[in-house]
Amino acid sequence: MPQMRMSMRKRQVMEAYMFLLPWMLGFLVFSLGPLLGSLYLSFTQYRGYQAPSWVGFDNIQRMLFKDKLFWQSLKVTLLYAAGYLPLGLVFGFSIALLMNQKVRGILVFRTIYYLPSVVSGVAVALMWQFIFHRDFGVLNAILGWFGIDPIPWLLSERFALVAFVIMGLWGVGSSMIIYLAGLQGIPTDLYEAAAIDGATVWQRFWRITIPMMTPTVFFNLVTGLIGTLQIFATAYVMTSGGPNYATYFFSLNIYDTTFKRLEFGYASALAWVLFVLILILTLLVFGTSKRWVYYEHDVERRPA
Amino acid sequence: MATRTTTRPRIRPTEDYQPTVIGGHRQTSAERALVYMILLLGALLLMVPFLWMLSTSLKPLGEVFEFPIRWIPTRIVWSNYADVFSKAPFGRYLLNTVFITVVAIVGNLIGSSLAAFAFARFDFPGRNLLFLVMLSTMMVPAWVTMIPTFIMFNYFGWLDTFKPLLVPAFFAQPFYTFLLRQFFMGVPKDLEDAARIDGCSTFRIFWQVMLPLSRPALATVAIFSFFSHWNVLLGPLLYLQSQEKLTVSVGMLFFQGEQGTNYPVMMAAATISMLPCLVLFFLAQRLFIQGVVVSGVKG
Repeated sequence: MPQMRMSMRKRQVMEAYMFLLPWMLGFLVFSLGPLLGSLYLSFTQYRGYQAPSWVGFDNIQRMLFKDKLFWQSLKVTLLYAAGYLPLGLVFGFSIALLMNQKVRGILVFRTIYYLPSVVSGVAVALMWQFIFHRDFGVLNAILGWFGIDPIPWLLSERFALVAFVIMGLWGVGSSMIIYLAGLQGIPTDLYEAAAIDGATVWQRFWRITIPMMTPTVFFNLVTGLIGTLQIFATAYVMTSGGPNYATYFFSLNIYDTTFKRLEFGYASALAWVLFVLILILTLLVFGTSKRWVYYEHDVERRPA
Repeated sequence: MATRTTTRPRIRPTEDYQPTVIGGHRQTSAERALVYMILLLGALLLMVPFLWMLSTSLKPLGEVFEFPIRWIPTRIVWSNYADVFSKAPFGRYLLNTVFITVVAIVGNLIGSSLAAFAFARFDFPGRNLLFLVMLSTMMVPAWVTMIPTFIMFNYFGWLDTFKPLLVPAFFAQPFYTFLLRQFFMGVPKDLEDAARIDGCSTFRIFWQVMLPLSRPALATVAIFSFFSHWNVLLGPLLYLQSQEKLTVSVGMLFFQGEQGTNYPVMMAAATISMLPCLVLFFLAQRLFIQGVVVSGVKG
């Protein structure tokens, strides 16, 4: 007699794949497919009207040896990351420490500090563009109270990136809130035990708070890195990469190469370089994490 | 439910235990005063951009260029806000953005919860590998897939339609799938088992048992999805062209005139565009912050 019913197990697996179908389709059509497509294109010259022609490693060679804009956009992006990430860490962490205080009204403060993180995109860029205005902007007006001469923020090669870092730090609330959650996850009995053993405040900070927070720092560092290297909208709106390419972020370079210079092959190669760069830097952080990230299950735990 | 505006610390210090800034002993009142001072100063600094935007959006054009700064306009010029709608089809942009955002949120919820259910409740060959593959796609910059995707949508004839912005939303987003899976795994299985014994199909269990139980998680995903679709620039910039199809994010660029930018009107447009985000944040603060925290701590 033919088997009338599939076995339970088989049916379960079938059902699971039914539920996964939308993701798998999307993965193939919108992730894997385009990913392989752009990998292929990055070895070609393709301007849209003719079929792509294979050029091997020409695009990479051009990038490394002939394309000043590639190096400039790489420099800008890495400089920004090097400026923003450490400052974001310090500010985010310190504000989280303040927010962890049990003082009256702290919830209102948390809301206020988090607020800048809920807005983003073009509106924020337009707002900051005006804030940074050399003559009528509020930033120079405030600096003026302290006797500082007007700074031509977005118009100056020297200060434009600094302006982006300042704007980035305004949104530090999003990492602050994660640090705060990390802080609140530290069991208070650790502090109490340390206090009983006579540890000073500083000792407790360095020996308990900091080690317990390293996984959170690690998380923020990795996500921050991935986000920072792809910054686009604000630069597109505020400076379009100027002045003189001082804020020509890598993503702007990809965008221009695609839609202004119509070099789809070369733009794909650029995008892949960005991808590989993100992978390498992330792996680097992961690689060093064993040395500085502390996970509770690394050490023997007493039974709860 | 959503109006409560507190984030609750998950571990409550005992009554006489007051952690100080660096974690330790009872606070003196001098320390507390210092903390307040710093907190207030910081809060003020962070609010300046918003206040400045709001103040500018209500000024007569001439007062923008006054020195020293005039914070309170001599007269409130509401017409700046009317100008936003008369100088550009801003109402149309708003409608488009609302439509795209709502459809995309629904799509995100459906697609991601289906996949999350599979990862949370089924045991099948390759599950962990597939989950890993899904998570790793979060690391792929949109820039890498942009050109082939653009060519593909062009081939479909989808340029200058909403389809490139809507259709992909229906296929599970990795981050949302991850969030929902975490939540689903925490839902007790008893109810599902009971439903199964009563002869419920798996899909009905998903639809009528799991999803209703997961409202908080679904709401969190909906909120995240709202913020990302409301604010996004790149997609609409690439795929929309006709004036009447633009979203707020692209349409707003119109106010950034090359010369003689009308700052009050531009700031009014920025204010209008930020307003839904701010309102939603105040309404759903608890859910929102919970979501951020879950993704950060358990991630």
